[in-house]
Amino acid sequence: MRVVNDMDNVEEIVARIVAELRRLEAGNDVTDSGGVALAQQPGTSDSDLVIDLPDPTTPQMRTRCGIENPADPEGARNLIASTSARICVGRAGARPRTETLLLFQADHGVTQDAIYGVVGEETKEQFDLFTVQSAAADREVYLLRPDLGRRLSDEGRRIVDEMCVKNPDVQIVVGDGLSAAAVTNNLPNIYPVIAKGLAAAGLSTGTPFFVENCRVGIMNDINSIIHAKVIVLLLGERPGLGIADAMSAYMGFDPEQGKSDADRDLICMITVHGGTNPLEAGAYIVDYVKRMIKYSASGIKLREILNSSGE
Amino acid sequence: MMLLRTKLFGQTYEFNSIKELLAKANEKKSGDEQAGIAAGSAAERVAAKEVLAQVPLGVLRDNPVVPYDADSVTRAIDDGVNETIFGEIKNWTVSEFREWILSNETTGAMIRRISNAMTGEIVAAVCKLMSNMDLIYAARKIEVVTHCNNTMGLRGTIASRLQPNHPTDSVDGIRAAVYDGLSFGSGDSVIGINPSDDSVGSISRLLEMTKEVIDDWEIPTQNCVLGHVTTQMECLRRGAPAGLIFQSIAGSQKAMESFGTSVEQLDEAYELAKKYCWTPGPNYMYFETGQGSALSADANFGADQLTMEARNYALAKRYDPYQVNTVVGFIGPEYLYDSVQITRAGLEDHFMGKLTGISMGCDVCYTNHAKADQNDIENLMVLFAVAGGSYIMGIPMGDDAMLSYQTTSYHDIASLRQATGYRPLPEFEAWMEQMGLWKNGQLTAKAGDATIFLGK
Repeated sequence: MRVVNDMDNVEEIVARIVAELRRLEAGNDVTDSGGVALAQQPGTSDSDLVIDLPDPTTPQMRTRCGIENPADPEGARNLIASTSARICVGRAGARPRTETLLLFQADHGVTQDAIYGVVGEETKEQFDLFTVQSAAADREVYLLRPDLGRRLSDEGRRIVDEMCVKNPDVQIVVGDGLSAAAVTNNLPNIYPVIAKGLAAAGLSTGTPFFVENCRVGIMNDINSIIHAKVIVLLLGERPGLGIADAMSAYMGFDPEQGKSDADRDLICMITVHGGTNPLEAGAYIVDYVKRMIKYSASGIKLREILNSSGE
Repeated sequence: MMLLRTKLFGQTYEFNSIKELLAKANEKKSGDEQAGIAAGSAAERVAAKEVLAQVPLGVLRDNPVVPYDADSVTRAIDDGVNETIFGEIKNWTVSEFREWILSNETTGAMIRRISNAMTGEIVAAVCKLMSNMDLIYAARKIEVVTHCNNTMGLRGTIASRLQPNHPTDSVDGIRAAVYDGLSFGSGDSVIGINPSDDSVGSISRLLEMTKEVIDDWEIPTQNCVLGHVTTQMECLRRGAPAGLIFQSIAGSQKAMESFGTSVEQLDEAYELAKKYCWTPGPNYMYFETGQGSALSADANFGADQLTMEARNYALAKRYDPYQVNTVVGFIGPEYLYDSVQITRAGLEDHFMGKLTGISMGCDVCYTNHAKADQNDIENLMVLFAVAGGSYIMGIPMGDDAMLSYQTTSYHDIASLRQATGYRPLPEFEAWMEQMGLWKNGQLTAKAGDATIFLGK
């Protein structure tokens, strides 16, 4: 197989690659190379091609300057460091360079996989979560009809009624929302912290479960069956470009029909990728729940009480 | 009495009101389906179009989707109609109106005159009878030229709003993205920031920074920070340098209230802009719109999202805006499901804005949960340019660091100009050439390097 046709000087290229490999063996950070990590192994014939690339999505790779011969290279580094926007990426004619284009497509690709992904059984089994459906029968209906994602299916209502302990202090619900990856990646970290924290506070936690095609408003519907004091809903957020696994925790005291975001508290952007760490978020959630139960309130009402009590 | 009925393939279709007829004649949109007002079948959709085609324009004016007495937006639109011109067209059917617009005997100037007799319902109705090519071909005829510090809308030009947003409004971070955009030739429509902090202090700081860049480099453009209009008004009163005043608008009084604004408030903002903006004008206002905003505020009154959107443009016209853009794919798949619907809506909105007589741009965009990707918006960007659109957005690699959606990039505006032969706005093009960033209709070797602005 010969893919690279334009090797005028094969020896030179091999020498470059050998040097690169030596550098790697010496323990240097590959992301500092700033260039091609295409390696043709020495000693093999040129009919072999080995392409073994570093991950272009690491922070170091993302923040490289792509401008060819910038007027002020040091200045470019400062500009790049000042924002998370994709600046100083250079160009190919008027179009983006290949590496910039492909990084964008990687970032978008991972959002699509998260939105259309499914939370695996092993993740749910780890925490003994059984699964019910919202009234949105599939992903397409879920995206088109937000109202259906806010209700349990008839079957789901029956199962929840049958399986769940009623009137607990806290009901934990996990939902896929718009990111399966958010649940898969964060639940193993956040869930034990919440469960242990609530148990240590002497609060009963009922029977947790998982809802497929789930939106925030389903808290109201669920509590019409469970009658918990507080519902904690862990939900996958709409993926942003490059961060596809952020989870949100919605918490409400006595959720019921007609209650809205104003009646809830929220911790968003729970992810190890540039957000609130899930372990930390779990501890915040326990604190919130304790206050909700102490003051019998959540959302704006809780904030008013806390402000007037000076807490 | 009103009878609205047709047969199609032997089956009878009847519609109870103009509002229902308009909704069912709309091209398929997930928002109308969510609202439960869309045609029940593809055949019913065409039946509705058949009937709508025979409705006289006067009947559409007499049947606004939100009643005159109940809605300040309806009143603002209806009171703005030129009665003499309306008198000439009120007996035309929608079909006749469509063919008149498309006729080679009808010039852009003739359409601009008719613009003064439009209501949202009339504009929406004719839009519903247009195919995508009709929308491109018809809009292309209509030239709407505005002036603030730049001249926008001249045939053969296309501008770009430089949108240098930052998650926490860092002045340095936003300045860096401004430099980056300028180096690609983005920024002739406006340097316009969506702030995350809607406070007078923060917005004033960003107005001052952008004005400083404009002054230091003598850039022929205007600046704007797209906070709430009341915040910008307070900034103006305190002497902050704003070039344009912005507000998001929606098609009914109730929907406007959901944005915390009103016709009366915009009247006041417009007067204040004329009094305090540092730019020469005479066009000082900037509005953003988008199909579905009224429904999402539960303020569509049973009307379809296209008709509610058309009402935005008729309202905007009251303020002689420098620029208006639809943010076409921002709202999400429950309103515009996929690239087919987003593309259609982008072309519809541009046509309707131009027919209403306003300067029309497009934030050609999508969210990650819509069935669309960057390729789809690159397609729409080209269709929009061919249709004669005034401006698109410019964002680093199309990825907004603050608003979490994707739109067109700094590279895109340069590419679009090079691929189509369209040029930047004339004053700005002269500046780009003087800076050595642009020559013979393309970027120079120096372009695309933000660090050239670090010299001062």
